[in-house]
Amino acid sequence: MALAIILVLLIIASLIFHFASPWWFTPLASNWGSIDTTINLTFWVTGFVFVAVNLFLAYCVFRFRYHKDKRSHYEPENKRLEVWLSAITAAGVIVMLAPGLVVWAKFVDVPEGASEMEVVGQQWQWGFRFPGEDGQFGRVAKQFISDTNPLGLDPSDLAGQDDVIIDQNEVHLPIGEDVKVLLRSKDVLHNFAVPQFRVKMDLVPGLISYLWFEPTKIGRFDILCMELCGLAHHTMRGHVVVDTPEDFTAWLASQPTFRETQVGTKGDPIAGQALYATCAACHGQQAEGNKALNAPKLSGQASWYLSRQLHYYQQGIRGAHKDDIFGQQMAPMAAILTDKQAMKNVLAHIDSLEEAAVDNQINGNAARGASYYITCGACHGTEGQGNFSLNAPKLAGQQDWYIKRQIENFRSGVRGNHADDNYGKQMILMARMLKDEQAIDDLITYINQFDSEHR
Amino acid sequence: MTHTAIAEQIDESHHPSSFITRYIWSQDHKVIAVQYAITAIFVGLVALVLSGLMRLQLGFPDSFDFIDPASYLQFVTMHGMIMVIYLLTALLLGGFGNYLIPLMIGARDMVFPYLNMLSFWMYLLSVLVLMSSFFISGGPTGAGWTLYPPQAILAGTPGYNGGIILMLVSLAIFIVAFTMGGLNYVTTILQARTHGMTLMRMPLSIWGIFVATILGLLAFPALLVSAIMMLLDKLAGTSFFMPAIVSLGESLDYNGGSPVLFQHLFWFFGHPEVYIVALPAFGMVSDVLSVHARKNIFGYRMMVWAIVAIGGLSFIVWAHHMYVSGMNPVFGFFFATTTLIIAIPTAIKVYNWVLTLWRGNIRLTTPMLFAIGFIFTFTHGGLTGLFLGNVVIDLPLSDTYFVVAHFHMVMGVSPIMVLFAAIYHWFPLVSGKMLHTGLGKTHFWITFLGTYAIYLPMHYLGFLGVPRRYYSMAGTDFIPESAQTLNAGITVSAIIVGVAQLLFIINVIISLRSDKKAAHNPWEASSLEWQTPQIPPVHGNWGAKLPVVHRWAYDYCVPGAVDDFTPQNVPVDAAHLSEGEAEGDRS
Repeated sequence: MALAIILVLLIIASLIFHFASPWWFTPLASNWGSIDTTINLTFWVTGFVFVAVNLFLAYCVFRFRYHKDKRSHYEPENKRLEVWLSAITAAGVIVMLAPGLVVWAKFVDVPEGASEMEVVGQQWQWGFRFPGEDGQFGRVAKQFISDTNPLGLDPSDLAGQDDVIIDQNEVHLPIGEDVKVLLRSKDVLHNFAVPQFRVKMDLVPGLISYLWFEPTKIGRFDILCMELCGLAHHTMRGHVVVDTPEDFTAWLASQPTFRETQVGTKGDPIAGQALYATCAACHGQQAEGNKALNAPKLSGQASWYLSRQLHYYQQGIRGAHKDDIFGQQMAPMAAILTDKQAMKNVLAHIDSLEEAAVDNQINGNAARGASYYITCGACHGTEGQGNFSLNAPKLAGQQDWYIKRQIENFRSGVRGNHADDNYGKQMILMARMLKDEQAIDDLITYINQFDSEHR
Repeated sequence: MTHTAIAEQIDESHHPSSFITRYIWSQDHKVIAVQYAITAIFVGLVALVLSGLMRLQLGFPDSFDFIDPASYLQFVTMHGMIMVIYLLTALLLGGFGNYLIPLMIGARDMVFPYLNMLSFWMYLLSVLVLMSSFFISGGPTGAGWTLYPPQAILAGTPGYNGGIILMLVSLAIFIVAFTMGGLNYVTTILQARTHGMTLMRMPLSIWGIFVATILGLLAFPALLVSAIMMLLDKLAGTSFFMPAIVSLGESLDYNGGSPVLFQHLFWFFGHPEVYIVALPAFGMVSDVLSVHARKNIFGYRMMVWAIVAIGGLSFIVWAHHMYVSGMNPVFGFFFATTTLIIAIPTAIKVYNWVLTLWRGNIRLTTPMLFAIGFIFTFTHGGLTGLFLGNVVIDLPLSDTYFVVAHFHMVMGVSPIMVLFAAIYHWFPLVSGKMLHTGLGKTHFWITFLGTYAIYLPMHYLGFLGVPRRYYSMAGTDFIPESAQTLNAGITVSAIIVGVAQLLFIINVIISLRSDKKAAHNPWEASSLEWQTPQIPPVHGNWGAKLPVVHRWAYDYCVPGAVDDFTPQNVPVDAAHLSEGEAEGDRS
């Protein structure tokens, strides 16, 4: 009796949960409304079966409950009934499957005239490429992948010269235009998924997969990696911004072509020395850092990282948070270096300085720190040497008070929370594994042991 | 009937003579079954704890110091692999298969008792190898239970050195153990049935175990070769699954391999594996339902053919796990069609279970509660499979919590419900003691309602698009705060269900220690395993003479019969005599 009632209650509760649940599909932002329709159809069919079978189950449990004087009905089989039930089930299956296959046929077949975009995955970042004016992607191969050529384009292929390279986690697309997305990976499996677009597909090293859709809503949508890709899988995020065609064209034009990424002038350390005088006031003549002035050590740090930070300060991506007092001091300083070449010169000067030794104070449990560092080391390197291809700066030889403050800033969201700070966002997610100050101190004590000669 | 000659042989060579040969190096299928069961339940508890830890992180992120992203993935991986292989497969086939096959078909033992013993010890070895990965530097693998290369063997994944190697070696050993057991089960069922036990008189438990074992023998080799190939990729530098790769900024020497090939091999094993677990469960639940409804299983022949059809179809649906894997999407048409076809024999099984209750005389015993609970959870899990199997619906739902919820309903909760039904049902046979009813029913209610409270809402996180295998889902624009609240609720339910399993363990312990003996055939079942001269059955099962089978296993409330059940070994005319005489005839 109780069982029958509870079965009925479970059915009712399931229905209520279904209709009242605030957790439901995100509002559709692509042409794939037909997928939603197929899902709704499936819901009606399966929902009916769920309710019917379980109500009948509850009825049987109630109606045919045990009584010692009763005997059950002996009926080994009932051909007619079984055939009927099979036929109805088959019909239900066809009702769900047929529309599904029709929609799938549309998905498999990319419409003519769709523009193309390439998505490149790597642990734990996204990169993108557009074919440029010639409408053709240049050849790529593993051996061409380098710091200056992260997507591995063949420099000798003319078709690749005008390819637009987006070496960051955010990409733009124009509204109302079919786009075929070509997917490839540099290392392991990844999955390109934007919940609002409904479609997703794995990125597989060694082959090119694809999907297509038409964005139908202006907005900024999360890209998530949905195929387990290692330790920092959950931080592999990005954004796709759907623009009006005009905005998109403007955005695309502002992105570098492959050719442009390959011509870079070197910085001049001598010219940079004069400019560095301003910096030296806080960061020190040898860029050794000054704790009293809250200025971190710069010598020994990789130029690419310093360059990115200067750009972040200039664009308000870093140093704009109301609680980031020291970052707010840095922002106007960075603003002085508006000229690209000037920035390169300063960085070249810093790069020419001998790395200063540091005097570290934090004293925690290095053994515990080592176990935390296993996670950090995946990107920052087992010796804290940093890894350009993972956008992870060098940690070895940095002053411990500075590392500690940055970890705290990431944890509290003072740093990394800006919409355009994709790498900082990863650090916010990662810094959360350090639950208290002791954990941070332990970790830093371990980092302090690294040999700062590693670069 | 030449095959009964094998069953007739009384082979004294493995008759136990000391404690060690009786309980440790035993060749008796019943002891081996219990050894399998205890080991499997033990590792299952480990996996249960791992799932609790995983849920703590998801429900209450930022609260537990010892769960970092690496250990989270390790918990996920080990939980999944242990539950699927080392608990479910081992307990259903090594445990129940071993125990029930000879007793239900009227044999004295398995036809290869020594091999059977080796099978258990190999299984135990595989468990020890797997467990040892918790204690090595770097810990167990965190590659996900699917162990997809390239990441499974590359830096950037936890346990990419020792952990993954131990996992692959352990799987290889497990497969050896399974093959030893499996050949034995199939041979025994085909060759050692007693007089009158035709194939179409076998209980559905045996049919389920039989077909599942054949599936295992055909499917596990695919996993074995992929494990060996991946070991070679890892240790010998081959490139079976490894294309040209730049890993964490470093160019590797691999070239030309295919990660998708691994997925094909893995799921060629992995999908039949679902049915390796499900079919024995289908069979056993059929028997439990029939006994406690005091009614014949409805549509026996259809049930048998459904088991065979599901088993056959299970080999041509594997790529429905790979709709978004980057394989040629045209395959989607074929695999969606085969996958949805499998719904038809599966639905027939559900209808027939419910129709078995229809016009029955239902005793709501503890095993029956679990069996009816199974019908509910399996219906739910089976229906959500129609979403994922329909290729285009898989696009938004693949790799989200919907998948996690679906396979836990269908492959976690449902087989576990059957396992508990089976344990409560056959415990008196195995131990001679009854499990406590009050504790058993409490255990049922918490488990049944608790698991539904875990998995029903989880589907909806999947609709929302929350990805699985995420250490933290913070930092997205589309996941509302309330999803975190829901996750916390799910975790609370999970912890309650997890702790409630202690009720079961306590129940087993107090029942074993109690002096109260179970009745000879406490559920008044007609199948053969309850008709042994002693309960629990002794070595050799049947005493001097093998039983002779006169009917199928489901003669309940046959019109004209005196009892409401007629055991399989009661001669046709004796069924209509008075109870006392029928009893006398049996002994």
